[in-house]
Amino acid sequence: MTTIIYVELQKMFRKWRTYIGFIAIGVLAPIVQIALYYEGSGYVNHVTRGLQDSFFMSGNLFNGYLIGYIILQALYIHIPFLIVLVGGDLLAGEATSGTYRMLLTRPVSRFTLVTGKFLAGAVYVFLLLAFLFMVSVAGSLLIFGSGELITIKGKLIIFAADDVLWRFLAAYGYAFLSMTTVLAISFFFSSMVENAIGPIIGSMALLILLLILTVIPIDALQEAKKYYFTSYMGGWDNFFTDPLEVWNILRDAGVLLLHILGLYALTTYIFIKKDILS
Amino acid sequence: MDSEKIIEVRSLTKKFKSLTAVNNLDLNVYKGDVFGFLGPNGAGKSTTIRMLLSLIKPNYGEINIFGKPLVQNRKEILRRIGAIVEKPDFYLYLSAYKNLEILARISGADTSKKKIMEMLELVGLAKRYNSKVKTFSHGMKQRLGIAQALLHDPELIILDEPTTGLDPQGMKEIRDLIRHLSIEKGKTVFLSSHILREVEIIATRMIIINKGTTLVEGTVEELLKSDFMQVTITVDDAEKAKSIIDLSGWQNSLKHIEKNDLLFELPTNEVADLNKHLVTNDIKVNALVPVRSLEDFFLKITEGDK
Repeated sequence: MTTIIYVELQKMFRKWRTYIGFIAIGVLAPIVQIALYYEGSGYVNHVTRGLQDSFFMSGNLFNGYLIGYIILQALYIHIPFLIVLVGGDLLAGEATSGTYRMLLTRPVSRFTLVTGKFLAGAVYVFLLLAFLFMVSVAGSLLIFGSGELITIKGKLIIFAADDVLWRFLAAYGYAFLSMTTVLAISFFFSSMVENAIGPIIGSMALLILLLILTVIPIDALQEAKKYYFTSYMGGWDNFFTDPLEVWNILRDAGVLLLHILGLYALTTYIFIKKDILS
Repeated sequence: MDSEKIIEVRSLTKKFKSLTAVNNLDLNVYKGDVFGFLGPNGAGKSTTIRMLLSLIKPNYGEINIFGKPLVQNRKEILRRIGAIVEKPDFYLYLSAYKNLEILARISGADTSKKKIMEMLELVGLAKRYNSKVKTFSHGMKQRLGIAQALLHDPELIILDEPTTGLDPQGMKEIRDLIRHLSIEKGKTVFLSSHILREVEIIATRMIIINKGTTLVEGTVEELLKSDFMQVTITVDDAEKAKSIIDLSGWQNSLKHIEKNDLLFELPTNEVADLNKHLVTNDIKVNALVPVRSLEDFFLKITEGDK
């Protein structure tokens, strides 16, 4: 299995499309940082305007944690589109290039191959999120320094500086589950066709459709929201509540995990049964 | 045949919806054979090869390779097989060297630079080892395909059209390589080819299939030996020869006349009598050439099946 993961990562990181996600994050995150560097103090003043009459706000509220939080909120919805570029190509890419024939005539089981490919995809998701963390959180801490994190979730919450880092790590852990769900969807589509464009477009279309349905304020659609996996993808934000809603986090993470396992199992079944005609 | 069976196929059947691509096919390949696998386009050759390599699952039938059922021993069997299936496709964005290294790693074979360069040397691509495959011609990809098939030193080599896209020199090199692998290395070669002359030269045994079914199977010698044959007789005076033939009882055997060449199709044991008849009637026979190539045999067999 490790051989397959190693080989898949080698192949993946020699493809140009793999770097699109890293380049996008590497460009967008600094743009947000630069913009906030000049305009960000206004944001903090706006958020704390009501409190400033009654309280004296001391310390550095406009800090690296706040920037990291804003960037994660801003980019979170877009990262899935970067994931499907790789996920949709994992299996269908082999069919398109005709390399299935060589790969599947090697002494390796189809189960090992499909699992190795999926795990390699998960490594990519991990690396992309780790890169986002490094650029947005670690980078912002270096530029703007540390301090308390101020958030608004119905009410204004201020987290002590030493209470923030673990929340970020946990939020990124949750984000990994969310993004792996997206990977599993594109991987599933990828197993059914012989051209990588289909699964990439299909996964993007599904994401856009569900995200649109989620925000349309019609009762029936709002009721159906709980059945869309996209409704659980933003659960990382639950780590920035006080008190921590542990049950909600576990439930949402469980839903995503079930999606991942279900889609992976279905993909494996399809792939093992598949006749290689490409 | 006492030799060890390397491939044994029984009642192999594969249907794609209403189309039966392979229908109740039987075949045997013995150790050391260079086994020619022939058939017209759409005969079911590629489907059969894909089933032998477990790329496609049969609807019915049994495949035993190295004496073991393929389904239950897939990994173990594939470890001992090297194959090219149809056109050789590689990761175009990787170099020739990297492609082979990846495939060797998956096969659990030697991934040392020495071994991989040795394979590239064997197929004449050592100088281009670092070039991306997307810069390769079809012939070069074909050579690389042969290198990847031999990478893990397999006992059975399945080659589907291995000389397609090669120039005459390249084709000869591949033929020589197949002979070398068979005779000196003791490998068994399963060779599917459209180039019948190629199969005729190097195959020891062969099968011709059509519509997914076996038409004939045997050694090349056995199959080309026939009670009926075509022969071209070159005479000094074709018109006179024809008038003699018309009165001889062989008139229905004369199929075609071109200049001084008369093409006959007749029982093998009558050829000498026909020659004698012409000579005794003052016809000078300059040449008598039997037309008995695999191509003729193949066309006769497959056309007869239509």
